[in-house]
Amino acid sequence: MSIGPSGPGGVGVQALLGELEEAPTPQQPTRRRGRPRIWRVVILTAAVIFFLGPLIASAKYSLIQQNGKYGFNNYSQILSNGDLRRSLFTSLEIAGLTAFIVVSLMLPTVVLVRLRMPKLTLLLEGVTILPIVVPPIVIASGLAQLQGSAPSWMITLWFNHPLTALTPIYVVLAMPFSYRAIDTGVRAIDLRTLVDASRSLGASWFSTMVRVILPNVETAVLGAAFLTIALCLGEVVIATIMLYITLPVELIQVGALNPGVSVALSVLSILFVFLLLFLLSFLAGRRRGSTSVRVI
Amino acid sequence: MTNGPAAPRRRGIRRSTTAGGGAWIGILPFTVYILIFLGLPLYEVVHGAFTTDAGQFTWHNFSTIFSESQYWVPLKNSLILSAWTAGVGAVFGTWLAAAVVAGKPGGMLRRVVSSGSGVLAYFAGVPLAFAFIATLGRAPGGVLTVLLKHIGVDLYAHGFNIASLFGVGLAYVYFQIPLMVILITPALEGLRPQWQEAAQSLGASRVRYLRHVAVPVMAPAFIGSLLILFGNALSAYATALALVGAAIPLVPASINDAINGNVLVNEDRIALALGVEMILIVMVIMVGYWLVQRRARRWLQ
Repeated sequence: MSIGPSGPGGVGVQALLGELEEAPTPQQPTRRRGRPRIWRVVILTAAVIFFLGPLIASAKYSLIQQNGKYGFNNYSQILSNGDLRRSLFTSLEIAGLTAFIVVSLMLPTVVLVRLRMPKLTLLLEGVTILPIVVPPIVIASGLAQLQGSAPSWMITLWFNHPLTALTPIYVVLAMPFSYRAIDTGVRAIDLRTLVDASRSLGASWFSTMVRVILPNVETAVLGAAFLTIALCLGEVVIATIMLYITLPVELIQVGALNPGVSVALSVLSILFVFLLLFLLSFLAGRRRGSTSVRVI
Repeated sequence: MTNGPAAPRRRGIRRSTTAGGGAWIGILPFTVYILIFLGLPLYEVVHGAFTTDAGQFTWHNFSTIFSESQYWVPLKNSLILSAWTAGVGAVFGTWLAAAVVAGKPGGMLRRVVSSGSGVLAYFAGVPLAFAFIATLGRAPGGVLTVLLKHIGVDLYAHGFNIASLFGVGLAYVYFQIPLMVILITPALEGLRPQWQEAAQSLGASRVRYLRHVAVPVMAPAFIGSLLILFGNALSAYATALALVGAAIPLVPASINDAINGNVLVNEDRIALALGVEMILIVMVIMVGYWLVQRRARRWLQ
C-alpha cells in the first residue's frame, strides 16, 4: 500500500538526510580528532620522555667504563663476574620452578572449583588476594621468625638452599595475578563439555588436564607463567631479609662498588622482561577473552 | 541452548564425580600448600607480635611502636609518601591510559604500553633504582644531573637528593603510573561510545559529557585503583632498598632494621608488631576497595 510512494520517498529522504549529515561531519572529525589529539600528544610525549629518558640515560651510563672511557667493559663484566653469573642462574632456576609450580597447582584447583565446587569461588578469591594484603616485608619477617625457631629437619629441608626456601614463597606471592589470569582463561572456554567429552572417551583426569584443558587455556597459562617469572627475577625484599643471594640482591651488592655493571644488567633485564611480555601480547592477541592479566 | 538434555547429563556427571569425595582430594594440594607457605609465616607474625619471648600474651610490642617516635615517624612518612605517589600516579596513569585506549584496539601503541606497564609495575623494583641512579645520581654519575649542571642548574645544590624521601617517591611514581594504567584500562574500555553519542545527540558538549557521564561512571573505578596504588606504595620496598638501603625512615625499612637488630637487640617482636600494623592498614584499604568496586561493577562490565 505505501510501499510505492514510501520506497523511493524513503530513499530520497535518506539521501537528503545523508546530505544533511554530511554537512556536520567535516566538523565532527575535526572535533573528534583535532582536539583530542592535543591531549593525547601531550601525555604520550610526556610519557615517552619520562619513561624512556632514564632508560637512555642508563644505556649511556652503562657504556662509561671505570677508567672514564666509553666501551662495553661493564657488559663483559656481567659474564666474567662469577658471583653475578651464579646469582643469575639461581634466579632463573627459581623463576622456572616457580612458574611450573604455579601452573600445576593453580590450574587443577581452578578447574576443579569451577566444575564441582563453585561455592568455593569466593573463598578462593579471598585467599588468593591475601598476599597483597600482607606486604612482602611482613612475610619476610614471619619467615625470619620461623627460621629462628624451626626444628633442624625443617632447616635442612626448607631453609638451606635458596631454591627450596624462596620458590614456595614466590608461588604464594604470584597467586594474586596467576589465579586471576588462569581463572579468566578457564571461564572463557566451555569447560564442562570439554571435560565430559574427554572423560567419556576414557581419558584420566591427568590426561584431561594436560591434553585437553591446558592447550585450550594456553594463553592464560603463559600469561600467568610470564608474570610469575618477572616477579621472581625482580623480588628482592624477602631474599635480602633471609640472606639468599639472588640476582637483584647481587645487583645491589655489585652496585655499591661498581654501579656501571649494575646499571648495564638493569638495562638488559628490563629489556628482557619487556620482550617477554611483548611477545605475550602477540600470543594473547590470537585468542580473545584471555588477554587481560590483572592483579585484581 | 539445549536445556532439555542438559539436566540428565549433569546428573550423570555429578554421580561419577562425587564418588568418594574426589573433588575434595583434588583441592587438597592447594589447601595444604597455602596453609604451610602462607599460613605458617602469617601465624608466626601475628603470634609473635602478641607474645613475649617466654610465650606469654602481651600488648607491650604494640605500646612500644605507638609510643616511640622512632616508630611512628616512619609510619607518618610512609603514609605521606603513599598518598602523594598514589595521587600523582592515579592522575597521570588515567590520562595516559585514556590516550592509549583512544587509539587502535590491537595497535602497536597499546601493546608497547601494556608490556611496558607490566615490566615497571611487576618487575623493575631494583633495576628501576639503578636506572634512577644513572639518571639523577650525584654529579660524577647521573646523566641528567651532569646535563643540567652544564646549563647551570645544580640539582644537588638546590637540596635535591636521590636518597631522600622525595627522591624515593619520585622513583615510586615510575611504577605507580604503570600500575594505574593496568588497573584503569579495563574501566576506560567499558565506557561505551554509545553514551558519548547519546550525550552528543542530545546536544551536550564534550565537557558536559565528561562532567555528567564519563566522570561519574569512572569515579568508583578511579577511587578503587587509587586505593590499590596507595597500598602498593605502602608495601613497596625494593626500590627504596636499592636506592637508600635500610636508612630511610619508612615502615618497611624499620621492620628490616628491627629484624636485623640494627638499632637494639631482641627487636624481632617489634618487627612483627609493625608487620601486624601494616596488615591492618592494608586490610582497611582493601575493604574500602571492595566497597567501591561493588559500585564500579554496576556500570562497567
